[in-house]
Amino acid sequence: MERHLDQELTDLKQQLLKMGTLVETAIFESVESLKELSIERVNKVISEDKVIDEMENAIDERCLDLLALRQPMAIDLRFITMSMKISTDLERIADLAVDIAQRVQDLVGKPLLKPLIDIPKLTKLAQQMIKDALDAFVNKDAELAGSVILRDSEADKLRNLVQKELVDDYMAKDPSSASRAVPLLLIARHLERICDHATNIAEDVIYMVNAKVVKHHPEEIK
Amino acid sequence: MDNEIKIKSENVDFFYGKVQALKNINLDIYKNQVTAIIGPSGCGKSTFIRLLNRMNELVPNTVLTGKIYLDGLDIFGPSVDPVEIRRQVGMVFQKPNPFPKSIFDNISYGLKVNGIKDRSFIEERVEWSLKKAALWSEVKDRLNDSALKLSGGQQQRLCIARSLAVESKVILFDEPCASLDPISTAKIEELITELKKEYTIVIVTHNMQQAARVSDYTAFFLMGELIELGKTQDIFTKPKDSETEAYITGRFG
Repeated sequence: MERHLDQELTDLKQQLLKMGTLVETAIFESVESLKELSIERVNKVISEDKVIDEMENAIDERCLDLLALRQPMAIDLRFITMSMKISTDLERIADLAVDIAQRVQDLVGKPLLKPLIDIPKLTKLAQQMIKDALDAFVNKDAELAGSVILRDSEADKLRNLVQKELVDDYMAKDPSSASRAVPLLLIARHLERICDHATNIAEDVIYMVNAKVVKHHPEEIK
Repeated sequence: MDNEIKIKSENVDFFYGKVQALKNINLDIYKNQVTAIIGPSGCGKSTFIRLLNRMNELVPNTVLTGKIYLDGLDIFGPSVDPVEIRRQVGMVFQKPNPFPKSIFDNISYGLKVNGIKDRSFIEERVEWSLKKAALWSEVKDRLNDSALKLSGGQQQRLCIARSLAVESKVILFDEPCASLDPISTAKIEELITELKKEYTIVIVTHNMQQAARVSDYTAFFLMGELIELGKTQDIFTKPKDSETEAYITGRFG
């Protein structure tokens, strides 16, 4: 039996996906701005963030309305409450894209300290984790969500590699390199945080699909 | 589920003539807990609770197999008096059914039937019951008025008081708020939560939110079968059975 609620839940899902697409674009633009050291791209990321902020509010309001007016149960309840949490994570990811863009701002006009090797790897990982987390949400795919969570440690490793290289090979040897090294170090940190949020989304997807809490219980994933 | 079992239903089948209304029901009702029974019309939930105080015997042409235990006693055992079972297991119905008598007489009636004659004891017990049912402050100055003058919600609380007066241990509620406004409903729900400290409560309800609000355990019945019994918070957030999920999310049909 098709319910009115089903249409409302489909609308909510579409809205979240739209937000997800904007967030993926924000990350793409922010990392492109680093590649090109482009101030136009930096400005684009910063100005687009307002749209994403507004979407978070709109999604929260819609979810609250559904909770109050439809009094959902079981899978419907889990879908709506997890949607609220996912929208918060997406908004935080967009903020991190802005943070990356602002670090790029500090680098524009200066030669890059070194060719970028691990940061692009970390970027690719973050983008894939978000894409997979959102795909898992759309397709109610707990297995894919589980694979996102397992990739989080890779992000930590890459971030540590970047940090070690910049500190040991550059800042320790030549303190004047700090003004160009610190923004890169922070960018790696922001990318790693993006992966953490992708992991949060994946954990919420697993709860939504299986009613299983894997947050803080990674042993539950398999 | 480590609570003490108050009522135990064991392999219960029940027939109205040739129609089987209950199929092999095994269900434990825990002491001092509220157990809600939910399910679509005709699923056997009212039939089931009417067995718990032997009210089924008042319907001709019915057959029961299996056992129902109250505190370990087989309530259909040969030497068990159904009147005694009904004293211990009271029932409140969908439509309040006070006697066409005064408020006082509604409560004292059960005591008198049970052979109690001591006037001061009866007066005390009437006040105690009305207080327990959260009705005393509203009726204490008009105990001799007809019970039929009370509002629907007050009448329903009077029926609860009537059951408490004879020192019942279990109270069965069959859709107790179906004919009440939201404020009266809220009062009954508050009362149920208060009463469970001393009584064991079973409530049949079509109102899913009500089951979620008042009960500790929820049992889902479908076509005479017990599909799922679980803690209420689990049933309404993560039911195990797909039929339970379909019912509570309104996807049935």
